[in-house]
Amino acid sequence: MYSKKLARLAFGVLAESTFKCPLTRSVSSRVNAARSLCSWTLCLHHRQKNQLSEGLTRLNVRTVSQTTVDPAEVRKFQAMASKWWDLQGDFAALHSMNDLRVPFIRDNLLNMHGIRQLGKPLAGLRILDVGCGGGVLSEPLGRLGTDVLGIDPVEDSVRTAELHSSYDPDLRERVRYQACTLEELAEEEAEGFHAVVASEVVEHLADLDAFASCCQQVLKPGGSLFITTINKTNLSYVFGIVAAEQLLRIVPSGTHDWEKFISPEDLERLLESFGFYVEAIRGMMYNPLTGAWSWQQNTAINYALHAIKCKEEPQPGQVWAESENLDKPGRATNYS
Amino acid sequence: MLTFAKAKLAVLGIIRQCVALRALNGAQAVRRGFASTERDEKSSTSENELFDIIISGGGMVGTAMACSLGLDPNLAGKKILLLEAGHKKEMDKVPETYSTRVSSISPGSAALLSGTDLCSFLNFLSVWDACSDALITFDKENLQDKMAYIVENDVIVAALTKQLQTLSDHVEVQYRTKVVKYTWPHPYHVSESIPWVQVTLANGKTLHTKLLIGADGPNSMVRREAGIPTVKWNYNQSAVVAVLHLSEPTENNVAWQRFLPTGPIAMLPLSDTESSLVWSTSHQHAEELLQLDEESFVDAINSAFWSNENHSELVETAGSLFRTALSVLMPDSGSAHQLPPSVAGIGPKSRVMFPLGMGHATEYIRHRVAIIGDAAHRVHPLAGQGANLGFGDVAYLTKVLSQAAFNGKDLGAMQHLLEFETERQRHNLPMMAAVDLMKRLYSTNAAPLVLLRTFGLQATNTLPPFKEQIMAYASK
Repeated sequence: MYSKKLARLAFGVLAESTFKCPLTRSVSSRVNAARSLCSWTLCLHHRQKNQLSEGLTRLNVRTVSQTTVDPAEVRKFQAMASKWWDLQGDFAALHSMNDLRVPFIRDNLLNMHGIRQLGKPLAGLRILDVGCGGGVLSEPLGRLGTDVLGIDPVEDSVRTAELHSSYDPDLRERVRYQACTLEELAEEEAEGFHAVVASEVVEHLADLDAFASCCQQVLKPGGSLFITTINKTNLSYVFGIVAAEQLLRIVPSGTHDWEKFISPEDLERLLESFGFYVEAIRGMMYNPLTGAWSWQQNTAINYALHAIKCKEEPQPGQVWAESENLDKPGRATNYS
Repeated sequence: MLTFAKAKLAVLGIIRQCVALRALNGAQAVRRGFASTERDEKSSTSENELFDIIISGGGMVGTAMACSLGLDPNLAGKKILLLEAGHKKEMDKVPETYSTRVSSISPGSAALLSGTDLCSFLNFLSVWDACSDALITFDKENLQDKMAYIVENDVIVAALTKQLQTLSDHVEVQYRTKVVKYTWPHPYHVSESIPWVQVTLANGKTLHTKLLIGADGPNSMVRREAGIPTVKWNYNQSAVVAVLHLSEPTENNVAWQRFLPTGPIAMLPLSDTESSLVWSTSHQHAEELLQLDEESFVDAINSAFWSNENHSELVETAGSLFRTALSVLMPDSGSAHQLPPSVAGIGPKSRVMFPLGMGHATEYIRHRVAIIGDAAHRVHPLAGQGANLGFGDVAYLTKVLSQAAFNGKDLGAMQHLLEFETERQRHNLPMMAAVDLMKRLYSTNAAPLVLLRTFGLQATNTLPPFKEQIMAYASK
């Protein structure tokens, strides 16, 4: 147990330091590569080592994305951007993850809102897909009847997504894409969405506080936040980075940075501090032999999280008057 | 269910699409040459012409597929189109005379078709060898469970058509529509190309679809154009079908099949006084049978069922010894030997023949394409399974597509189509192999094989659990 803690500490220290040792040399160089490479990321400028404050982000977002974007990175993105829809390519694992995340989102939304319409179970709901990439998750959600807005800072990915959905008239009406950041959107669309989906995105952000705050802004009260991401454990290092990136090449090398992984407990604490209530956390597992995902009890590597934005807390002075609102209808509380 | 009102003729197993569809295969060869030069290859997708699912072929299985998809709640709102080259089959009331083409419908298929007006049921199935006295009977102890239903093909199609009319808001049917060309999409997204299957009709229109289902019979154009390799052979046999009038009314709920060296002859009950004949025999003999006048034909049938001329002494002695041995070991086994009814006459305008063969497509699916029914698998009628395999395909494919739609998937995606193919091949191949094996086993007079099958049949007859397994598998 102590050795694990020590090891974790050691990883943390060694990754940051210039102290190179044989074990971590390849890791740290990859970590640096990860810091400069963005594959499916939310905000390009979040990749900076400097933590930008929220205000700074808002002011400088356009200049930041124009001045700090590395042309080499953009080229890498452009190369990747066309591969979104190659089902056997680099993004194959993301496509097969739809088998888990679409039912997860759909069933939780159905629990809250009920079936809207046969054939289009989620009709009438608005969903924001943060870090939509090529639209891998936006399209199935659109087919289920929701109005989806997919955002991604990488323009080429957005263009790929738009092209792919343009052939299907159903999707054209319901799924829209925008190349922008979450902060930009949060200004315009306050309380505009029934649900926000951030799948495989949180592990690419530096500023989770800003992210959580923006999500809180764009969600309606009682709205849902769905996150899938990777846990920060030794197991996730072994499987998520070493095995997945370097040995088995399930994802391109340098995609993930172990430092940016976050454990479900930390994420839950963070979200609760921003007015969310975490309703469910489930572990996910990828089987590289079959290429299929499955649910599991253990959240050590991948996990999915469903949080709900709390409705407004009543002011202390109004507790008596509003207590009936908080209860289920038809049940009066006797406070005397 | 007990109404014997209008039971129709049985053609065991093989679903033949209507005659006009066979004409399609002839016509298309002529038209294809014209069509491809006329068509503008760069036709763009217009909203009106993009369907979610197009089913090519409106026979029993194709129409059942359309109905099944139309009734599924998860597919509500999807645009479905059924293309049929023949006329619309409408029936306000069931006609007096029976037509020659029927199928035996297992309880599993009956569940799928439960909206239709099924009649005449089968309680016993009695099968025996012409070269010996070996006999096997399948029966349902509990008379509430039916083994199978004998229903006329036209009735099934008409009932399904009527059902389709109630679904006309999202299921469209186009009759008298021939397809001349299919254009397949790239398996992955290539820009500047249409990602859907393009179906070019004889009238020049082009339709697009996210999923094409081929239900166009054993000479399937969809299968051919998709380049799906097929394992097939002809049996050098033809089946003669006719409606028979029995010499006296009887409680007609037994199907009889006798294996002659030239092929099995079967009598399927339609009503108290009528049965359907399916006689599989060599091409030459089949033609002769068609030429015979009514009396000689009836005599031929009766003698086929009753005569013992194929028995050899050796086999008879061996057979009866074996039977004695079995009755010592298992005294209660073996049901009473019922006798088949004798035939007095045949119905009017009946007596047709059609060739028999076996065929199996090595793949049932391609990107955005699936084939079902006889297009995917074709069997000998001796076990009455052809229609049922097709209906099984319909049920499973509907289930797979329904689940895919509920998961927001693209309907033409390979992942769930592969699931359909795997499951159905696992079910169909053993059945087809068994039917082919039976056909070959019973096609000979050679003593060793006759002895083998005699002992096999008698032994199987004494093993109720084994028989139950066979019935359960065939009833699915």
